[in-house]
Amino acid sequence: MGINVKTLCKDEFFYGHKACAGCGGSLAVRIALKVLGERSFAVLPAGCMSAVGFNFPQLCFGNNAVISTFAGTASMLTGIEAGLRAQGIRDFQAVGFAGDGGTADIGLQALSGAIDRNDDILYICYDNEAYMNTGIQKSSLTPFGARTTTTPAGKNIRGNLRPKKNMFEIVAAHGIPYAATASIGDLNDFMEKVEKASRIKGTKYIHVIAPCPTGWGIAPDETVEVAKEALDCGLWYLAEYEEGSGMTLNYRPGTFASVEHYLKRQGRFRHLTGDDIDIINHSRDVKWKLIEKNLGE
Amino acid sequence: MKPYLRDRIPETLAELPDATAYEAGYLVTKNAGWRSSRPVIHQETCRGCLKCYLYCPEGVIFQDGGKVKIDYDFCKGCGICRKICRFGAIEMEEEK
Repeated sequence: MGINVKTLCKDEFFYGHKACAGCGGSLAVRIALKVLGERSFAVLPAGCMSAVGFNFPQLCFGNNAVISTFAGTASMLTGIEAGLRAQGIRDFQAVGFAGDGGTADIGLQALSGAIDRNDDILYICYDNEAYMNTGIQKSSLTPFGARTTTTPAGKNIRGNLRPKKNMFEIVAAHGIPYAATASIGDLNDFMEKVEKASRIKGTKYIHVIAPCPTGWGIAPDETVEVAKEALDCGLWYLAEYEEGSGMTLNYRPGTFASVEHYLKRQGRFRHLTGDDIDIINHSRDVKWKLIEKNLGE
Repeated sequence: MKPYLRDRIPETLAELPDATAYEAGYLVTKNAGWRSSRPVIHQETCRGCLKCYLYCPEGVIFQDGGKVKIDYDFCKGCGICRKICRFGAIEMEEEK
């Protein structure tokens, strides 16, 4: 019954785009659209995926797609969903693809409003952990220690000082019908979550980690590998939240892989000292204790 | 519907639409020039598991008559397919 590589729609709906070679965000958009199919109406705010998908007159989407204001992904989704419904159109999915800045900083208010109204939309945040389209500026989803152009690494301050905002739990705290975290390192899990979300009525939110070779300082062929490593070392986790049944964890590494190895292979973390890595290790352990507590274990 | 390269590329303003609203899947340029090395699939080692097709950010890998092939017009040569292949059936070759 589950969706997999053999049952996935053979058509491509995001093709010929101008994303950097090895882009994680474009992989997330491509796979989500293959799961949702041609009858999906995509909304993309300012960000990488709108910059690479709409190069006039080139249009790299095979389905309906539109650029929204930076802050208005969710509100435009609301409008599109209501408009289509008013025209008597049935059996479609209004889906938004916003980056981490467009979700956790600029688009948070509109998203919160849409969840509050429980509009029948699917919001996918592809999280590459900084404003990559404009040249790597810190967003509120940039992790501690990461070097960006607005949080440079120097002698006294070594990259970003603040931890990553917990978007998944912020969204879940609204009492949303469905929210999930995912990673392009595990596409089977991501496909299942998109498919599950498309069957649920009301607001759905999926937060997918999508490494960026340009901004993270990794080789283009390492994107998927690095996304997997983030799961294995416990710095990212796969979970779901459902109204009524609460949070479930989908993947738990037996023993955590080395955080240091994960960090040191990326250019944005290469300046970190042993003490910084200890801080990151410690915050991971605290996070997992909280997760276990939430699960009632 | 898969976006495809149009035979005729608009050359004059009159051929372009009046607004920025445009037809879906309208491609006018290729991405082949981005590549410094190209993935080559060795058909005798390929088991057709399609993992490369799943993880390709461009969606350029496809199955044709039981064989796995690559659309070199749009492949950027990132090499994710080579790394994801469990059977070592994909090799990267320098572009000349």
